[in-house]
Order: sequence, then C-alpha cells, then structure tokens
Amino acid sequence: MRLLRLSAALATALLLGWFVWRYSQSQPPASGASVRPDKQRHVAPDFALKDGDGKLVHLSDYRGKVVLLDFWATWCGPCKIEIPWFIDFQKQHRDGFAVLGVSMDDEGWEVVKPFLAKEKINYRVLIGNDKTSESYGGIDALPTTFLIDREGRIASVHVGLANRKDFENGIEQLLAPAESNPGRVNLPALLMGAK
Amino acid sequence: MAKIPLSVDSGFHVNSNKPSEEYLIPLKLTWTSTGALEGGQVEYPKPSLEKYEFADKPLSVLTGDFNLVASFKVAATATAGPGAASGKLRYQACNNRACFAPKTVDVTVVYQIQ
Repeated sequence: MRLLRLSAALATALLLGWFVWRYSQSQPPASGASVRPDKQRHVAPDFALKDGDGKLVHLSDYRGKVVLLDFWATWCGPCKIEIPWFIDFQKQHRDGFAVLGVSMDDEGWEVVKPFLAKEKINYRVLIGNDKTSESYGGIDALPTTFLIDREGRIASVHVGLANRKDFENGIEQLLAPAESNPGRVNLPALLMGAK
Repeated sequence: MAKIPLSVDSGFHVNSNKPSEEYLIPLKLTWTSTGALEGGQVEYPKPSLEKYEFADKPLSVLTGDFNLVASFKVAATATAGPGAASGKLRYQACNNRACFAPKTVDVTVVYQIQ
C-alpha cells in the first residue's frame, strides 16, 4: 500500500499570540499620574484564594492597607524582572502596605513553592484560578499588576513589564496621608464637625 | 511526511521546542491518534536566538511563518481509504513585554491510502 496523499490541516484556527489588553484599553490611567483620581477608581473584585499554608485569603482581609496585586507565573520572563522590585517594596513599606502575588501556574504549588524558595519571595503568594482572572476582566497578559488603595479600589493597572518608578510613585501616593491627597475627604474631621 | 504550517503574529514569539531556560514552556506536538499510520516523529524548525528586555540572555524562539514536519509510514495492517492522524500542539507566546498563558490546539493530518 502506498500513501498517496498527505495533507495537514489545523482543526482549529491557530491564532498564536492574539490577546486583548482589556484593562489597559478600557480604563486608562490619568495622563502624567501614577494613580487614577479618586472618582475614577472602582472597587477591586474580592476573591478567596489559598496561600502556601492552605489558608484561605480574601482581598478584603487587606482593607485599610495599600495592596500591590500581581498576577504572574513561573514561566513568565517579564514577571521575573518585576518580582525583585516587589520584594524590595515589601521590605521598604512594612506598615500599611502589602504585596500579594497571584500565580497563574496550572501546575500550582508543585512549581510555585520551589520558585518562591529560590527567589526568596517575602510576600504572600496565592494560586489563582479562572474565576478570579475573569473577575479582573480576564487576565490575558502576564504580568498584570494592580495598585489597590486603602478603600479596596483599583488605583492603577500595569499590563506587561512596567517601569519600577511608576510603581514606586503610585505606592507613595497611595500611602501618603489624606491631607496630601487631593479629592480625599478627611473622615475624622467630618465626624468631629457633624451636628 | 506531513507539513504542519504555523504562523506567529508580528511582534510575538513562541518558545522553540528546546527553550534556552528550564522554566520556559516548549513548543510541542504530540500525536493522540495516528490511525493507519505509524511514527509521526516531529521535526521542528531551526529556532532563532533573540534578545528581549526581560531576559538576561538570548532566547530560543520561533517567529513568523514556519512548518513542523511529521514523518509517518503506513502500518502493515492498514487498509485502503481515507484517514486522519490527530494531535495536540502546545505553545506559549510572548511579546517583548508580556507573556500569555500556554495554549493547546488541535492538529489534524488527513491522508489517503491506496
């Protein structure tokens, strides 16, 4: 018998490398500013994900703190550039600030735990899932990093490898006292003056 | 031999079948069923070494249009007629600033035996 005709076809369309940068297109940050003005910030979706100790962690557990929420993966080269920055930020800002890493590795802790040990990551890392990804608009590109203010609202989004200075500026702005943040209402002063 | 044509959009790359770093996900075609054919060993194209902002050393990648070539032979027990070999192609793409989740797509090779 002879093989007369052999042709290859892809059963499904092959669209390598397509993506939708939803957050970066639909919610651009204010020009020239590291974080959005108060009125443009939307509440960050809450989630319940497990950390390396098996504890269930909610984003809402961090209300009152500024949070840098980083979606990443062990196979992501650009992510590895940013992670040392985040380690530094966690060291520099011990009070009122937290970094939360959400790994999108399909293999889960099997690959993530060795990575955390090797890179000496000093912040909490959680294993993400599709539900959480979808709640944040569909995390297509890694890294995707959110800065979340003390009220749990998204102050900025960085899709892809960002600039370290942008993160630093954003964190400083969000950690700054209320009186130095234009547009913020000093609640204690309101309560004191209320009748 | 069967050629499987692939195309990577401009500005993006996929890791080759032998990436430069252990943590990178390789391009890999795996046959799940070959029907009346045997073999299916895959020959991957020669990759290029490209330097990206996020990597210390050049990465072994594939870009643009290229073919995978699979080598089959007709099984001794094969009967005349049409058939198809099915497989899964896994790849992981990045551009120079971001990476995208690994994906798996179906690959089908149709053939006719006389």
